[in-house]
Amino acid sequence: MNTRKTEILVGLFIAAGLVALFMLAMKVSNLNIYSTDAGYEITANFENVSGLKVKSPVTMSGVRIGRVSDISFDGERFEAVVKIRIESQYNTLPKDTSASIYTAGLLGEKYIGLEAGGDEENLQDKDKLKLTQSSLVLEKLISRFVDSFIDKDKK
Amino acid sequence: MLNFIQGLGHSGLTFFQRLGRAHILLGHIMAGLPSMLLRWPLIIQQLYYVGVLSVLIILVSGFFVGMVLGLQGYNILVDFGAEETLGVMVSLSLVRELGPVVAALLFAGRAGSALTAEIGLMKATEQLSAMEMMAIDPIRRVLTPRFLAGFISMPLLAAIFSAVGIIGGDFVGVGLLGVDEGAYWSQMQASVDLYDDILNGVIKSIVFGVVVTWIAVFEGYDAIPTSEGVSRATTRTVVHSSLAILGLDFILTAIMF
Repeated sequence: MNTRKTEILVGLFIAAGLVALFMLAMKVSNLNIYSTDAGYEITANFENVSGLKVKSPVTMSGVRIGRVSDISFDGERFEAVVKIRIESQYNTLPKDTSASIYTAGLLGEKYIGLEAGGDEENLQDKDKLKLTQSSLVLEKLISRFVDSFIDKDKK
Repeated sequence: MLNFIQGLGHSGLTFFQRLGRAHILLGHIMAGLPSMLLRWPLIIQQLYYVGVLSVLIILVSGFFVGMVLGLQGYNILVDFGAEETLGVMVSLSLVRELGPVVAALLFAGRAGSALTAEIGLMKATEQLSAMEMMAIDPIRRVLTPRFLAGFISMPLLAAIFSAVGIIGGDFVGVGLLGVDEGAYWSQMQASVDLYDDILNGVIKSIVFGVVVTWIAVFEGYDAIPTSEGVSRATTRTVVHSSLAILGLDFILTAIMF
């Protein structure tokens, strides 16, 4: 085996390995999320966020414009505090934008849907959304449904 | 009875002695690493034997593992009407587990055994002693380049394995079974995380590469210099590195995910 051939084959091997790593990073993983800039962060308090996770998508009109960056619990008001990071190109959201937690599909992932209001001022970094609607808890829904039947029976 | 206890103590002591020797050898190999950086031709030669010659088996088995994952995953997921998530299943199982682990097992069988046999035979034919006579440190001249080559090759081989496996899953799932191609790739991109999944997979494969080549090099260097001793050392390399890979995989998975 002459040296030149060995060197070429080793070079090809290293290149193939790097290409494979590159493909895993670019095509398989969610690298495109990290490549965007930091954007700005807003917070929203929810009564219930069950099923929502850090990195869950935040959408407006069905288009993803940001991600959930942190979920914590406010021990004084007994509410969940959700931090939302929105990409900086979407910096014209009105101040009275409302946030609701929806489910993608019947049993799918939870995501936050934003709906624009009519305020002329725009949301800034560290702002807080005032209008929020909690996550739908299936058990509560069922119990309410069953209760309504019980009430009917009594009448 | 007394013989049994004596034998137990003896094998215990031998075990710890070998463990100690293995770590001392690792230290010597590590000490040789800086000077190795100036001697690329040696490393390139070893990269050829350790890495390039392992590519074919990695490519073929990666593709087939991916195809099997696509087929099995489709049959399970279609029951729930969730065949769109096939890409997630194939890519996560490859990137997190099968890529590093199966590639390392193949690497141990293909390259590790060859390393042990080569070094063991060098010892049996007294080539290592001849080097010492010429004032060449056989650890730095023979073991360090092989160790470094294994360290470099393993993550690359694991990445090739995962990438080819995902293409294999695409071939079966999208090509033959009719999963939507956009769903296959976009669901995959939505669920696979660059740091949590891919980087941890790469770290796993680096650890496996170090452990497998370390065991292979040590067994060869420590082999009894007879034909029987070399054959035993080769067997031990494959058995011990497979066990080490699977055991370490559990520990690493518990830490990472």
